[in-house]
Amino acid sequence: MSTELTGAEITVRCLQEEGVDHIFGYPGGAVLFIYDELFKQDKVKHVLVRHEQAAVHAADGYARSSNRTGVALVTSGPGVTNAVTGIATAYMDSIPLVIISGQVPTHAIGLDAFQEVDTVGITRPCVKHNFLVKDIAELATTIKKAFYIASTGRPGPVLVDIPKDVSQQKTAFVYPESVSMRSYNPVIRGHAGQIKKAVQLILEAKRPMIYTGGGVILSDASPQLIELVRMLGFPCTNTLMGLGGYPATDNQFVGMLGMHGTYEANMAMQHCDVLVAVGARFDDRVIGNPKHFFNEDRKIIHIDIDPSSISKRVKVDVPIVGSVSGVLDELIKLLKVRKEKPDQTALDAWWTQINLWRARDCLKYDRASSIIKPQMVVEKLYEVTSGNAFVTSDVGQHQMWAAQFYKFDLPRRWINSGGLGTMGFGLPAAMGVQFANPKGAVACVTGEASIQMCIQELSTCKQYNLPLKIINLNNRYMGMVRQWQQFFHGNRYAESYMDALPNFVKLAESYGHVGMKIEQPGDIQNALEEAFKLKDRLVFMDFITDQTENVFPMVPGGKGLSEMILV
Amino acid sequence: MRHIISLLMENEAGALSRVAGLFSSRGYNIESLTVAATEDPTLSRMTLVTAGSDDVIEQITKQLNKLIEVVKVVDLSDGDHIERELMLMKVRAVGKDREEIKRMADIFRGRIIDVTDKSYTIELTGTGSKLDAFLEGMEHGAILETVRTGASGIGRGERILKV
Repeated sequence: MSTELTGAEITVRCLQEEGVDHIFGYPGGAVLFIYDELFKQDKVKHVLVRHEQAAVHAADGYARSSNRTGVALVTSGPGVTNAVTGIATAYMDSIPLVIISGQVPTHAIGLDAFQEVDTVGITRPCVKHNFLVKDIAELATTIKKAFYIASTGRPGPVLVDIPKDVSQQKTAFVYPESVSMRSYNPVIRGHAGQIKKAVQLILEAKRPMIYTGGGVILSDASPQLIELVRMLGFPCTNTLMGLGGYPATDNQFVGMLGMHGTYEANMAMQHCDVLVAVGARFDDRVIGNPKHFFNEDRKIIHIDIDPSSISKRVKVDVPIVGSVSGVLDELIKLLKVRKEKPDQTALDAWWTQINLWRARDCLKYDRASSIIKPQMVVEKLYEVTSGNAFVTSDVGQHQMWAAQFYKFDLPRRWINSGGLGTMGFGLPAAMGVQFANPKGAVACVTGEASIQMCIQELSTCKQYNLPLKIINLNNRYMGMVRQWQQFFHGNRYAESYMDALPNFVKLAESYGHVGMKIEQPGDIQNALEEAFKLKDRLVFMDFITDQTENVFPMVPGGKGLSEMILV
Repeated sequence: MRHIISLLMENEAGALSRVAGLFSSRGYNIESLTVAATEDPTLSRMTLVTAGSDDVIEQITKQLNKLIEVVKVVDLSDGDHIERELMLMKVRAVGKDREEIKRMADIFRGRIIDVTDKSYTIELTGTGSKLDAFLEGMEHGAILETVRTGASGIGRGERILKV
């Protein structure tokens, strides 16, 4: 008879079989058996966070920066409810995660037991799928399915809820080599006929535009995208989620588009005649008011692995369902076979127009200011790190400035909560990034409001010696809220002033880190250089910035892409 | 426009709540929903009646297909189909009304399946509009209780929804 393992042993063995090297979690009653098994082995290293939200964000940062599935482990009840924000964040940005949660014993489910919550019910709307394992015989297969579902098709978080008695019972352990599910067969290959139609449209384009999103990053399709854009000579814009998919320093890159996109990107998006949308979903922050978007006539090709993303907000002419990398491969192949080129005269005229828009220099700001301009801090960060850092961010003005001013040339370097817009994401995500990239320079661009939402993780950073560099753009306001109040609510700054701020330098020091306060524009560069020289220390850099600075350009809510407010 | 959507899904705990949750979270209408296991006990068959513009219906079928436990989705309204609904109705039946109600049930091909000296219980099957017509034909005060199952649908002829 083969030896039988407990559910807890099986859980840990499954993680080992999946090649998981780090998991992020927090123990509690319902997961004690699983923690006991983690203790007895050293293949899967556990990272103890200070709050379950951070466990999921860290697993998320790990996944985004590495293209491996992130794993978090939390206990039942409050462990799960704390994790929900993290799960929803990953769901909105299609990040592959497996979350293992403890549950009260099967015989206690439904009896309002201590630390009981309907985990499957609470998380259902914000996971790709979830499971409650009531029978230990199904545990190993379920975990295999969870990893399979999380990482295939349009990725997303999958939760496995394991009751305490199931983690204690025993059964023979067999980890399935593969799983197949009759109800889950994501389409990978794009339809050949549709790809042909797309090529035809591309070749007929006079004012083309390539608009790409997070799908390019998730599908690791950056090399294909670069090849396609260069062979066609078309302009390319990235969404907030797609930054790094196409090198930002390349001349064919017209910047990020959307609510705080560049003038040239938004104008080109509005006025193009053929739009190639790649792994992007025409989000409300990207195209603004869809009615206004359709004031101009254009043909749209839309490549996406998720059929429900297609024709959701805008009608498209040539939908192609499939993995972005595979479809781009096919497109390139077909273009090479046809050997034709789009109309060069028209394309030259289009570039002339785009360069006129570019000349507006929409990202200009007062470089001579005697108060620190936040944009300058990000620009200096880019210079000091030679553009090679992993940059995480929280949510708000600082996020937009990081996206606008740090020129990402590589995918998986820009880590932010684009869909859900989760304040508190930056620091724990940076921890995950550092675990996935132990040698990488990791910076967290944040603000004094966001950082306080998960600041307890400074303790985790100390425990694991994570040498993160925290760039706190401190303007004493929830800056983006203040900006909206200034523009749309008659300068009434309701509850957006951050009073009673801590002394961040002392706070960092009390956690055992290095703290710096920078108040003069002339000190930015030196401070950053000094901080990045401290390779084994976390440095918390508190930049006191201009309180009145706003993010430009801006497409106000409900307006069209070409109705930007400019500096 | 009204659409009748049929789906096959894994007969597992929680599958139904995923469908119901999808409709509420995305703001789609459900007019009725019926579900039961099929001849293959691992599969459930659901019939959903909903209403919406073509764009909304397209999203509904795509979102349903995206649910991991949903095996197949078909919009029966896309082609010829048959739909039936079952209604049970308890009516007050005394004196000369007893004969009249019996006649009415016969006209609609309903059956009286339970009788007391004061009441009839009638079983009636048909399309929703037939059941509506029967309800309208009955004297309102006589109706004590009604139960309707919501529509079940199946394609006409060779149209088959199977794994």
